[in-house]
Amino acid sequence: MKEIILQTKSITKHFYEPVEFKVLDDISFDVYKGEFLTVIGKSGCGKSTLLYILSTMDTEFEGELFIDNQNVSRWKQDKLATIRNEKIGFVFQFHYLLAEFSCLKNVMIPALRLGKLPHDVIEEKAYQKLELLGLKDQALKPSSKLSGGQQQRVAIARALINDPLIIMGDEPTGNLDSVNTQNIFSIFKELTQEFGQTIIAVTHDNDFAKASDRTIEMQDGKIINQDYKFN
Amino acid sequence: MPLKKHPINTEVAYTYIVSNKRLTMVAALGVTLGIAVFIFMNSMLAGFDKSSSEAFFKSIPHIRIYKDDEISKPISSQTNNNIPVIINPKVVPANNTIVNPKQVIQLLKNQSDVAFVTPQLTVGVFYNNAKTQISGRGIGILPEEANQMFNMESYVVEGSVNNLKNNINGILLGAGVASKMNVTEGDNISITSSIGMTKVMKVIGIFQTNNSVVDKTTAYINIAFAQQLLKKNASYITDINVNIKDYTKAKAYAVTLAQLTNYKAEDWETANETYMAATKMRAIIIRFVSVSILLVAGFGIYNILNMTVMQKINDIAILKAIGFNGFDVVKIFVSQALIIGLIGIVFGVLFASIMVAGLQNYYVGGDIGYFPIYFKLSNFIKGVAFGFGVTFLAGFIPARKAANVDPVSIFRK
Repeated sequence: MKEIILQTKSITKHFYEPVEFKVLDDISFDVYKGEFLTVIGKSGCGKSTLLYILSTMDTEFEGELFIDNQNVSRWKQDKLATIRNEKIGFVFQFHYLLAEFSCLKNVMIPALRLGKLPHDVIEEKAYQKLELLGLKDQALKPSSKLSGGQQQRVAIARALINDPLIIMGDEPTGNLDSVNTQNIFSIFKELTQEFGQTIIAVTHDNDFAKASDRTIEMQDGKIINQDYKFN
Repeated sequence: MPLKKHPINTEVAYTYIVSNKRLTMVAALGVTLGIAVFIFMNSMLAGFDKSSSEAFFKSIPHIRIYKDDEISKPISSQTNNNIPVIINPKVVPANNTIVNPKQVIQLLKNQSDVAFVTPQLTVGVFYNNAKTQISGRGIGILPEEANQMFNMESYVVEGSVNNLKNNINGILLGAGVASKMNVTEGDNISITSSIGMTKVMKVIGIFQTNNSVVDKTTAYINIAFAQQLLKKNASYITDINVNIKDYTKAKAYAVTLAQLTNYKAEDWETANETYMAATKMRAIIIRFVSVSILLVAGFGIYNILNMTVMQKINDIAILKAIGFNGFDVVKIFVSQALIIGLIGIVFGVLFASIMVAGLQNYYVGGDIGYFPIYFKLSNFIKGVAFGFGVTFLAGFIPARKAANVDPVSIFRK
């Protein structure tokens, strides 16, 4: 029996500016523990918007969202921040790093916020994550001095630092060359298979999606295929 | 042992401050100027008040106790049987001496808030110069006590107050009277009292208060001699001068003393209402100016800090995305604002101190001497409290606004 880690029930969302527009329409699906799930669809089909809702960063929607068996749909901002801190790692489409901090600090900050480990242990762990992504030698550089691809990998390291239940990525490999994409892919695979972490990634990259456990296809704010099969 | 949590919020705030040194300095400078000017203006106000009160208390006491004139009362005020009663109130022709002054003085001295008590007897006199007479008033005093109360020695320009003690018929003349009479220390002068007693007195000193009315009319004499000029005995005293420990409380305390002695007790503020009105106006003007400066400085500080928060709005969204809650965000920006405030306050206090100290040593001349400004702790406390208040709000208000939005709504912009 597969354990459900994240579940949506009839999630619907409207944009009101500039004109009213239904960006998500009755989205219901389950994500299982240890699953590597990708979401594909054309630009503007609402897949990034959906991912923001799943990550609890967007609370303006109708329907229900369950994370780790808790209905978080009506939770307050601050409580959601705690969920994001502990259970969710998020990789943005564009590298969102804090420019004034070193790469190492950027990776450490979510763990320092969580405060469950001593500072030196967190630092050690951050070095490990950076090493995993091939950035150990860049650790002490200011994050703004790195190339786009390097920054993206730092952001992935940051998403991993608290060993979250779910890692969400909005085009996590969008800025990366094929070698690094391959590297990230194998890291994700390993996380799901060996540590039971769950990955939900929105992507344009069909090769990336093809190699994942399951692919959801979206079109015009609706899920048109819960398990898309590539030819 | 519980794990000591790393103060990540403070660390983030600190990093923002260090990595934006220019912005930090500009914001801190705003705080510095606002606070420095506020403290400086209020120190000046305190200095003015102090110097003018000091000038005041050279000639008048905090509270003067005397017997007020009484108006006669009609024997019957009843008009119930429609008979018109003609009344003609007059000042009762009793003398206005204080009965048993020694006892009253002793009673006053026993009060805990009273600092100093001395009797006084004023006589209307004419200074005789050949055929012309200059009218004036002789103030009978106990020289030693009066010197203590009014610090008379500080405005005696020739001779000494102490000479009065050794010469029962000595007279300490105002500079204006002395020049009109063409006398100097050691000369004799003839005076006639209001009841026609003429005496020859010896000028033992000349004083100058720079208040021309006082200088041109007043002379200090021994109280015993004043009693002689009025043909009265040694217990004839019309005024008792009282200094209390805190002259600002004179008004309230005068009421207590009036009840205690059964005589009229007039405080210095009531006795000099016009002057008090001018003082109040000056205080209001300076307060308005300093508060306006505070407001302007406050808005400046607010704008700069608001800008720093808005610059960091993307960072706020990232921090929220990775699990910082609203309170954390507020803490980060409030501590950033407070650190900036602290820097500004330290320099502001320093700057104000330098200005006050500098002006204290500036010689204006005349009656005033050095510029009347002085350090008053309460002004510094007020300035510091204001600085912290404004910087707190300037960090808190924009941060709270940013703290309560979905991170995504920031990213979408």
